Amino acid sequence: MSLQISHRGKSNGMSGGGTKAVILVGGASRGTRFRPLSLDVPKPLFDVAGHPIIWHCLTAINKVPSIHEVHLIGYYEESVFRDFIKDSSVEFPNLSIKYLREYQALGTAGGLYHFRDAILKGRPEHIFVLNSDVCCSFPLNEMLKLSQEKDAEAVILGTRVSEDAASNFGCIVSDSHTRRVLHYVEKPESYISNLINCGVYLFATDAIFPSIRSAIKRRADRPRLGSYRSSENLSSSFIFDDDDENQKNEVIRLEQDILGDMADSKQFFVYETKDFWRQIKTAGSAIPANALYLLKAWQERSPELVPASANIIPPVYIHPTAQVHPTAKLGPNVSVGPRAVIGAGARVKESIVLEDAEIKHDACVLYSIIGWSSRVGAWARVEGTPTPVTSHNTSIIKNGVKVQAITILGKECAVADEIRVQNCVCLPFKELKRDVANEVIM
Amino acid sequence: MILHQIEALAAAGVTDIVLAVNYRPEIMEKYLKEYEEQFGINITISIESEPLGTAGPLKLAEEVLRKDNTPFFVLNSDVTCEYPFTDLAAFHKSHGDEGTIVVTKVEEPSKYGVIVHKPNHASRIDRFVEKPVQFVGNRINAGIYILNTSVLDRIELRPTSIEQETFPNMVKDGQLHSFDLEGFWMDVGQPKDFLTGTCLYLSSLSKKGSKLLTPSTEPFVYGGNVLIDPSARIGKNCRIGPNVTIGPDVVVGDGVRLQRCVLMAGSKVKDHAWIKSTIVGWNSIVGRWARLENVTVLGDDVTISDEIYVNGGSILPHKTIKSNIDVPAIIM
Repeated sequence: MSLQISHRGKSNGMSGGGTKAVILVGGASRGTRFRPLSLDVPKPLFDVAGHPIIWHCLTAINKVPSIHEVHLIGYYEESVFRDFIKDSSVEFPNLSIKYLREYQALGTAGGLYHFRDAILKGRPEHIFVLNSDVCCSFPLNEMLKLSQEKDAEAVILGTRVSEDAASNFGCIVSDSHTRRVLHYVEKPESYISNLINCGVYLFATDAIFPSIRSAIKRRADRPRLGSYRSSENLSSSFIFDDDDENQKNEVIRLEQDILGDMADSKQFFVYETKDFWRQIKTAGSAIPANALYLLKAWQERSPELVPASANIIPPVYIHPTAQVHPTAKLGPNVSVGPRAVIGAGARVKESIVLEDAEIKHDACVLYSIIGWSSRVGAWARVEGTPTPVTSHNTSIIKNGVKVQAITILGKECAVADEIRVQNCVCLPFKELKRDVANEVIM
Repeated sequence: MILHQIEALAAAGVTDIVLAVNYRPEIMEKYLKEYEEQFGINITISIESEPLGTAGPLKLAEEVLRKDNTPFFVLNSDVTCEYPFTDLAAFHKSHGDEGTIVVTKVEEPSKYGVIVHKPNHASRIDRFVEKPVQFVGNRINAGIYILNTSVLDRIELRPTSIEQETFPNMVKDGQLHSFDLEGFWMDVGQPKDFLTGTCLYLSSLSKKGSKLLTPSTEPFVYGGNVLIDPSARIGKNCRIGPNVTIGPDVVVGDGVRLQRCVLMAGSKVKDHAWIKSTIVGWNSIVGRWARLENVTVLGDDVTISDEIYVNGGSILPHKTIKSNIDVPAIIM
């Protein structure tokens, strides 16, 4: 298959001129750190602030007037996204949404390249690439504006983190005046910059595909070594675990194999967001993501949210089919899913209550995720620990042991009356009849 | 607790009571006035300016104790039991010697001081053995005595111990007897024991069918043994019991769950709180959805904020607790 790419013209009048968006959704063998929640729902479809994680991506994409087509690329089965795509087509009539399934994991760049014909159909000038496991305000229009101003071949979304946290991410060195990316390293061993990769990109189509192609060629010439960084390690959600798949020539990753070269040779710029940004990596990270998306919806005066009252501390999302007793106190940062029931005098704060869950009278749920059809008994207390707002970590150290900050009940768990559950992760179908703390209940 | 003792003493015909204290009598004074009128007794408060041990305070109160020449009772305030004062006085009179100690039988005498009787005598004490390694008997000092006024001659006004000095002295002269206690006995000097003692006391009330207990027909009473002062107010949809004592002027909100706990006078438990194995001190406030357990003790005027969890916390007076106490700790 050959790729016909014309030289980029300064004026784009003759090219397709449009923009497409790609959301990288990963596959079932990924997202293991999102267990136990990913055992029942693929992570991209997990409800945060009342909507699937990728719905928030689509909402942002829908605000870019030049985008009419969105591809989800991943290696889940076809059926996984069918209902979501159907519903979204109604909600976002201007977007055509398609799922492109990789039959084997190809890497973030490999997947793009594999589906280049579908992506390049209609000759779009730009593509947005969004990792589905980030939570942010997705300032896509601002990125597009910067791209036009700079006549960029690539724009990356960046954010500042603490110097300690920086080495857990891809680090960007940029010219503060021109905003040009000078250097990019994925997870450096030493401190390079606290401006990090948010996992959201805008590429000129005539730049990204040749870059991937030359990376593939390099890989074929020098298998395994290629452009691997010395500091490469395994804890990014964007990369693949270091298994056999890794060694296949087709696994090409944007972060390891493409961005570093682009910094050297291309018109590569960074748009630095001052808004919130979080990875949705572990199951517990759904709680800060929930809080941030709810806050955003509250600031945008979304009619979906419940107005403030004596027993509602905003922002709170309650699905129209959920039943919340008027004496229950909810919020801040609470999402209650379809058909969930919250009893008299219950308290829910900084938590997600999923579909069909029930919280009985006088129970207290703090910093927790209550799984689908789970039950929390009367006067029970299900509790996690708040983490600092600036923290990108969802575990805490208690008595010298690392435990999950957020308490998570998987699907159909039951907490008996008056029982206390603190800093626990509880796998599906468990019944808790004694007090537990700092445990994984298997 | 002291009320139980005063009540039992008055019933046994005692007319004068001396409270030997060394701290904050002002919190007790209001209640003591009421008791004096209620039971027709005189209560004298005797304050030690310096600690006088367990015998010294008796010497300090000599004037009251010697009012007439009848024997006097001595009670340690942190002991609770079914007080046998009438039988004790009769027994004391019958043997005619200077003093009688109430004793109780325990399963593990090695933790206590054990009483050994004279050979071939049912009550006259031969000696005390402190924490015996070998079994010498299982009767221990229950902390309740009846003594003749002549015993005061054996005590000097200085820090001195009745158990270590006065009693051995009397034993030498063959002047000390023991009296076996029937029913429960508990040293409640520790909060944990105080709670257990309260449970025992409530059980004994319930066994006697006491009218003091809140009847189980009240919708909020759960499992019985609930004693609520008539001046306390209880909210809607509470579940209270078993083994709960609620003092005067306490306010309990809606949807509160209480078990095995004591709420002292003037304390307030807000809506939906959950309290177990806890002593809530005078005028303390427990916030909404708070959870207290595992022998938590709140001193006077402590505030626990809403939604806070306290596991075995001993909270000193006037503190406000705004973050969880996950492991037992003393908060000063």
